[in-house]
Amino acid sequence: MFQVRIHGRGGQGVVTAAEMLSIAAFDEGRHAQAFPSFGSERTGAPVVAFCRIADKEIRLREPIMEPDALIIQDPTLLHQVDVFSGLKPDGYILINTSKTFAELGLADLVRGRPAERLCTVPATEIALRCVGRPVPNVPLLAGFAAISGILKLDSVTKAIEDKFSGKVAAGNVAAATEAYNTVRKALEEMAHA
Amino acid sequence: MSFQPVKFYQTGTFTVGNRLLPPEQRSVQSQEKRYNSINSGHRACQGCGEALGARYAIDAAMEATNGRLICANATGCLEVFSTPYPETSWQMPWIHSVFGNTAAVATGIAAALKVKRQQGERRNIRVVAQGGDGGTTDIGFGCLSGMFERNDDVLYICYDNGGYMNTGIQRSSATPPAARTATTMAVGPEPGNVFGQGKFLPAIAMAHEIPYVATATVADLRDLEAKVRRAMEFQGARYIHILVPCPLGWGTASHDTIRIARLAKETGVFPVFEAEHGEVKSVLAIRRQLPVEEYLRPQKRYAHLFGKTPQVEVIARLQALADRNIRKYGLLEGN
Amino acid sequence: MLKQMEGSRAVAEAVALCRPEVVCAYPISPQTHIVEAVGEMVKDGSLSPCEFINVESEFAAMSVAIGSSATGARTYTATASQGLLFMAEAVYNASGLGLPIVMTVANRAIGAPINIWNDHSDALSQRDSGWLQIFAETNQEALDLHIQAFRLAEELSLPIMVCMDGFILTHAYERVDMPTQEQVDAYLPKYEPRQVLDPADPVSIGAMVGPEAFMEVRYLAHAKQMEALKLIPAYAAEFKAVFGRDSGGLVHTYKADDADTIVVAMGSVLGTIKDVVDEMREAGHKIGVLGITLFRPFPITQVRAALQGAKRVVVLEKSMAIGLGGILAVNVRMALSALPIDVYTVVAGLGGRAITMRSLHALFRKAEKDDIDPITFLDLNRAVVDKQLERERATRRSGPAAEAILRDIGVVAAKLA
Repeated sequence: MFQVRIHGRGGQGVVTAAEMLSIAAFDEGRHAQAFPSFGSERTGAPVVAFCRIADKEIRLREPIMEPDALIIQDPTLLHQVDVFSGLKPDGYILINTSKTFAELGLADLVRGRPAERLCTVPATEIALRCVGRPVPNVPLLAGFAAISGILKLDSVTKAIEDKFSGKVAAGNVAAATEAYNTVRKALEEMAHA
Repeated sequence: MSFQPVKFYQTGTFTVGNRLLPPEQRSVQSQEKRYNSINSGHRACQGCGEALGARYAIDAAMEATNGRLICANATGCLEVFSTPYPETSWQMPWIHSVFGNTAAVATGIAAALKVKRQQGERRNIRVVAQGGDGGTTDIGFGCLSGMFERNDDVLYICYDNGGYMNTGIQRSSATPPAARTATTMAVGPEPGNVFGQGKFLPAIAMAHEIPYVATATVADLRDLEAKVRRAMEFQGARYIHILVPCPLGWGTASHDTIRIARLAKETGVFPVFEAEHGEVKSVLAIRRQLPVEEYLRPQKRYAHLFGKTPQVEVIARLQALADRNIRKYGLLEGN
Repeated sequence: MLKQMEGSRAVAEAVALCRPEVVCAYPISPQTHIVEAVGEMVKDGSLSPCEFINVESEFAAMSVAIGSSATGARTYTATASQGLLFMAEAVYNASGLGLPIVMTVANRAIGAPINIWNDHSDALSQRDSGWLQIFAETNQEALDLHIQAFRLAEELSLPIMVCMDGFILTHAYERVDMPTQEQVDAYLPKYEPRQVLDPADPVSIGAMVGPEAFMEVRYLAHAKQMEALKLIPAYAAEFKAVFGRDSGGLVHTYKADDADTIVVAMGSVLGTIKDVVDEMREAGHKIGVLGITLFRPFPITQVRAALQGAKRVVVLEKSMAIGLGGILAVNVRMALSALPIDVYTVVAGLGGRAITMRSLHALFRKAEKDDIDPITFLDLNRAVVDKQLERERATRRSGPAAEAILRDIGVVAAKLA
């Protein structure tokens, strides 16, 4: 079972991201369970959503306390919420920022973690450019697909089309593709470095 | 040979059900095939205004719908005296749920009927809901307001006897100022119900801008029937508020029910009018204005006003309230 | 058809397949998504004919449901928590009148203090209301149980609450197999009411009954509920024949045959418990599970049969009888009367407190050694409780206890579980 925890703020599509992740996994024939952190949070408040992916029925209902991957939609949360709590030693970290981990002051925290599982994506900028709104959730999902290999970009695209339609869907597909390619490129550069 | 023409006119005695009128003008109760929706043999007190009002109102609604009517009834005197199983008086489909939800139950009935019509039910069955003032102005107010604002196709009838008579004459938000009840005792410096409280539900109903709102009393039963008939011409939420004296709760003689109701109207204590879409369309004018004292004196619930030292100031305040009704609704105009 | 969707949406689609004729709705978390989805189907015409009524309170919701059901319409509503309590008078009335209303309860705690998260306090507060109560373990089961509920309710002329864990199920996206309209139509016959408000055959419904017959009328309600114990397995079997899967029923055992310790629970926590039991079984522990699907009527015979071979029973419940202990546990104890089996009450997950595998592992291992209190509160922070009790001893005007406790705990928003 692969467990993903998504941190963000109310209004950033955190819950939708987890749901789309589950839809993408479902489209690939897997079992998936997505659920929110069950809060009554308003816009701007810290929000958490979860997604489990497995090859058999998922019965477990506890929150994800030891994730295999973290998606952080808002880097300002790093100083407010213990987002890295319980992350497995070889877990993936994906942060929405144009900065590096070192520039975010996370160098010590990620020391010893496999570099090819750490990634930053300027998802808000990509979303603004492609969708016209600062919703980083979709590009981050595509980035997650790229870095983890858990999902195909195709499945993310299908999930987008399941959730959205028309121009919003098209914009999000473009954003997803751009984010996916950005992350793939960064990984390739890392491999050649 | 010439015949003397028969003149049809009211005799001036306020007689109802005059069989000399042309058939279309006759009371529903004057007809041989009246509906008897609430059958005789029920357990209401002698002189019960509510039983009289309900009989006329529901039979008129039955007449207007060709007997295709379902009734939802709030808990209260009317429910209790008319029904203990197996001796129900209701010759119509009738449901009692609880005290405060009658308007909502009626909404549900109307919704079901609407779906049934879409499914091919060809009878146009309508809904009437009814309750006392406690079940209407107090505990059932939320559901009533909801039914009004959604404009559900329900005629709601409130029988207002100014208190919780079923539980032993306690104050409701329709109990008038100065009236004695078991919870507004005739003791202390200001005996009876306080001034400045309570609500007049017809005005609140009008504020919802529902198609039809009317008031009536059991003194003018033809007027009541006409208003029920008129109400059934509208689709949507309708409200009729009927003043029904309660001999037990008011401390009046059983044979005085209609007279007391008439005095309420003739003194201006209870304005009788009808309104459409939030605007008053007509009033039942006061024929011969009387001072409120004439209305108050026969009622034991006001006895503390007429003791050794008559409470002139309190009576004056009640008179002022009646005068305000007269001004507000123009009850003397047209005389 | 397999779909990945939110639990609320799945229930809404299943309800729509049952062709309800009147649906009334009042918003309350975590139930709201269900009626929103049904309402949308009514508004866009895909569910027709159906009246969708936005009422002014839960009390009105149940009252509208009473009126429409008594007029012969298949009627549905949903609620939770405070909403269920607010409609309580009408809840009892609906069952007393014998009206087959189906209502989803998206289980949520009851305040004060106000709390929107999941536990079973709401539904269990109405356990003696005369409604049947069934608890879903998964969203698939929730969906299936609604279809069975309409059939059962209408056959018995009794209302049914289909209970599903708020947020944990209602807001979870997971795989469900959505039936077709043809399947549901084949399974669910047209509603034929036993009593109906009809001018052609007028009846009085809900009139007063005195001491001379009230006992008999009440007994009949009990007798009719007991009939459900026979009907439910039959309907579940028929369900399997039409839809091809097991769903519903009275109780379900899991690895319980040779178990010394059996954990009893209701709802979605059964999944987590089963995962723990699998791990413990691998480590050689003789532990199993009894999931209770039907809580009212309580399947005493089946519970007794499932548990009588165990040495001890751990009833893990998301509810509490204040001043006594457990609610489910008391029911289980009754099923085990005169049997030499220790029954432990474990109150867990109140107000959304996460029930984790880690805590369950520790609990069950201690329970196996009979090393837990007869009434145990899982993951209770005893230190803050003791501190508050001390504060109340020391200070008369100690203020709102809930606030003091939260101040002692510190900021919780940043914590995950």
